[in-house]
Amino acid sequence: MLDFSFLDLDEYDLFGAFWMTVQLTVASAIGSLIWGTVLAAMRVSPVPVMRAFGTLYINIVRNIPLTIVIVACAQVLAFRLEITLGAGPDIDDRNFRLAVLGLVAYTSTFVCEALRSGINTVPVGQAEAARALGLNFTQVLRLVVLPQAYRSVVAPLANVLIALTKNTTVAMAIGVAEAAFLMNEMIENEARPLEIGVLFAAGFILLTLPSGLLLGRLARKLAVKR
Amino acid sequence: MSDAPLTKDSAANPPPADALVVLDSVNKHFGALHVLRDINLTITRGEVVVVIGPSGSGKSTLCRAINRLETIDSGTITIDGAPLPAEGRELARLRSDVGMVFQSFNLFAHKTVLQNVTLGPLKVRRQNKAEVEARARTLLDRVGVGNQADKYPAQLSGGQQQRVAIARALAMEPKVMLFDEPTSALDPEMINEVLEVMRQLAREGMTMVVVTHEMGFARSAANRVVFMADGRIVEEAEPHQFFDNPRSDRAKDFLSKILQH
Ligand SMILES: Nc1ncnc2c1ncn2[C@@H]1O[C@H](COP(=O)(O)OP(=O)(O)O)[C@@H](O)[C@H]1O
Ligand SMILES: [Mg+2]
Repeated sequence: MLDFSFLDLDEYDLFGAFWMTVQLTVASAIGSLIWGTVLAAMRVSPVPVMRAFGTLYINIVRNIPLTIVIVACAQVLAFRLEITLGAGPDIDDRNFRLAVLGLVAYTSTFVCEALRSGINTVPVGQAEAARALGLNFTQVLRLVVLPQAYRSVVAPLANVLIALTKNTTVAMAIGVAEAAFLMNEMIENEARPLEIGVLFAAGFILLTLPSGLLLGRLARKLAVKR
Repeated sequence: MSDAPLTKDSAANPPPADALVVLDSVNKHFGALHVLRDINLTITRGEVVVVIGPSGSGKSTLCRAINRLETIDSGTITIDGAPLPAEGRELARLRSDVGMVFQSFNLFAHKTVLQNVTLGPLKVRRQNKAEVEARARTLLDRVGVGNQADKYPAQLSGGQQQRVAIARALAMEPKVMLFDEPTSALDPEMINEVLEVMRQLAREGMTMVVVTHEMGFARSAANRVVFMADGRIVEEAEPHQFFDNPRSDRAKDFLSKILQH
């Protein structure tokens, strides 16, 4: 039924394309976790300006389609302002960085909201006890509230990671040679859309399924007992 | 529980009376509710003050105002001569001199018992790790939970958790300790082990403000009882005087209710 005889791994760098997907995912996941944490800290901060910025950022960026976020990054930063994010003259490198920037800008909003719901599961007495010891706002957050919040949001964060893995396909829009980019190229060349679709779908499941299962187990292991 | 002192300077008697915590005309509202009305209260060094009164009379709010977990609307609160600052570094420093023990223990759930006790000295005082741990273990021994140091709070009984919470506050070497109904969340058989630790602290001369309805503790450990009702201090007296001979009708009424049990 399905015929994969067209597949020539010398002609199509399947592993290279998925490797690019993995790199995009890992770089964006790290960036989103950091920026998402900063945004969450802003949203719970006692400083009104910070809270306002956090809320504004989330409500704007989360509601724009990812393709537009990434294309806007490329158009505005790279072409209009000629910011290359330290990539030098290498266009591929620059596009990779722009894609990561766009993915981080977008994914961090979901990380932030997951974290914020995690913060809400930490009893208020935890922060009060920390304040009563004399810890300042950032210490209370960093040492007491966030470590407990992270533990309660491993499962939702796993969902964000899976969505992010799939969302990296949007980087194709600015010419990053990841999996979906190769898939399009193969469909055009081989006229075998069904087989190619199955192949790439399987590739993505292979990437997301183990990390999802792993994080699920981690979530159960890390759960804070009260 | 050993008889070793819980605090460093275990002078048998409190030093000469001088003001440590002073509340002057303190007022506080929650919306339309006037929860602290013109509170004037001076707590001298080494004094143990028990605050008693019906539920909702503002006892917790009073405690929380003293280390500024709640803001106040007017009046001043000074601790060891320094007015409570509004925010920031100074406030954090002042808070670290005021130990607080909560009704619900509030031990850090993701940290071990030992880590609970060392967190403040390490992160607020930035003291040496080895010394801090040694002192924390000594404190845990003294409140009788030395063998639980590597467990997590959820693995301990309520009474053990509350004693850890006391050790956590003592690790900061505070000038004054605030207890907000420290035994109210405990099963009856665990109340005494916590009260005994508090009695020992009182004997060593620690300045303490204790919100509690444990009359036995008030009679044996307190220098003074402050009776609150509707956000006001209605009566202040020596424990025996207060319990045997209350002057105000509110206090008589309140005592008759809690004595029925
Ligand atoms: N955060 C709050 N917001 C609004 N009302 C509060 C808050 N905390 C306490 N109150 C109210 O203030 C009054 C005094 O509360 P509290 O100090 O806890 O009394 P107590 O400790 O003597 O029982 C109560 O009527 C209570 O409902
Ligand atoms: Mg109360």
